[in-house]
Amino acid sequence: MIHSVFIINRSGGLTYNKNYTQQVAQLTSNEALIFAGTFHGIHALASRISPALKGSAARDLGIQTIDTKGFRLHCFQTPTGIKFIAVADLMHASLADVLSKAYRLYCDYALKNPFYNLEMPIRSDMFDAMLLELVQEN
Amino acid sequence: MATQAGNLLKLDTRVSKRSNMLLEQSTAKPRRDKVGLGTFAFLFAEIIRYSQNRVLGIQDLEAKMNEIGKRVGVRVFELLMWREKNVHRETRVLQTLVFINTVVWRALFEKQADSLGRSTENDDEYMITDNEPAVLKYISVPKEMSSFSPGAFLAGIVEAIAECCQCPARVTSHLVPAEEMPLKTVILLKFDKEVMEREKRLESGK
Repeated sequence: MIHSVFIINRSGGLTYNKNYTQQVAQLTSNEALIFAGTFHGIHALASRISPALKGSAARDLGIQTIDTKGFRLHCFQTPTGIKFIAVADLMHASLADVLSKAYRLYCDYALKNPFYNLEMPIRSDMFDAMLLELVQEN
Repeated sequence: MATQAGNLLKLDTRVSKRSNMLLEQSTAKPRRDKVGLGTFAFLFAEIIRYSQNRVLGIQDLEAKMNEIGKRVGVRVFELLMWREKNVHRETRVLQTLVFINTVVWRALFEKQADSLGRSTENDDEYMITDNEPAVLKYISVPKEMSSFSPGAFLAGIVEAIAECCQCPARVTSHLVPAEEMPLKTVILLKFDKEVMEREKRLESGK
């Protein structure tokens, strides 16, 4: 069960934030922005201190999961630097494929929407609806 | 002098050969004439953004999209008359509507428009409904522009074809989101007075 989804743009700003269950802590918008910025920072740190990898493994060197007793946080970074984060329960070991589907939805319903400006918060009903569908499938 | 002229001539023939190739390409339906929806969606989104920078309001934006659609519609009509078998140019209102509903929609979107109806209040208004127009699939209109219907582009295409069939009309498009069909678009055609009078005369003449 996925509790919430965040999307962080290339400069570390919060582009999208949605909670899907009641149990997850309801962050204020300020707190969500701080979370996004902090995560962006530690993700960058992780990719810097990572040992050099060869070939195809050399992309997405940053944080992929953060485990705690109550939840697991998954992060998927696209080749363009956008991070898709899902906070889910401990059932799933890796949500990378779900997050890459979310990336596909972003490409469709946000990038092809003429009323969306790049790097700005996403305000699109269709994107919300499709993402809700994707989350409910898991 | 002669060799210089000869060289110039050589250059000229090279240029005209390229334009000859363009003119000699067949207008018959080529096998690979489909464009990916994603590609078109990016182009269409950019067209809308470009127009938004050059207009001063929602009505103007719809008018501009309508105009762009008209330019597409005129060319589509000519191409359809040339390519499709068993079509001839319609001149009556009902036949024109059926033509738009079936032939035009099938040529552009590979499906027929979902319904055709006559308005109950005014008998010069007809409606073409499309439950999920492919060109609008990825567009979500923000709440501050909720009266804008991106189907204005489709309305422009329909308006151009109606005019080519000698039934000029004022065409507008309206978003009517329904259950499971958030993009349902109704294209409203309001035919000119002369067209309706002509129809009455032709009907009574029979």
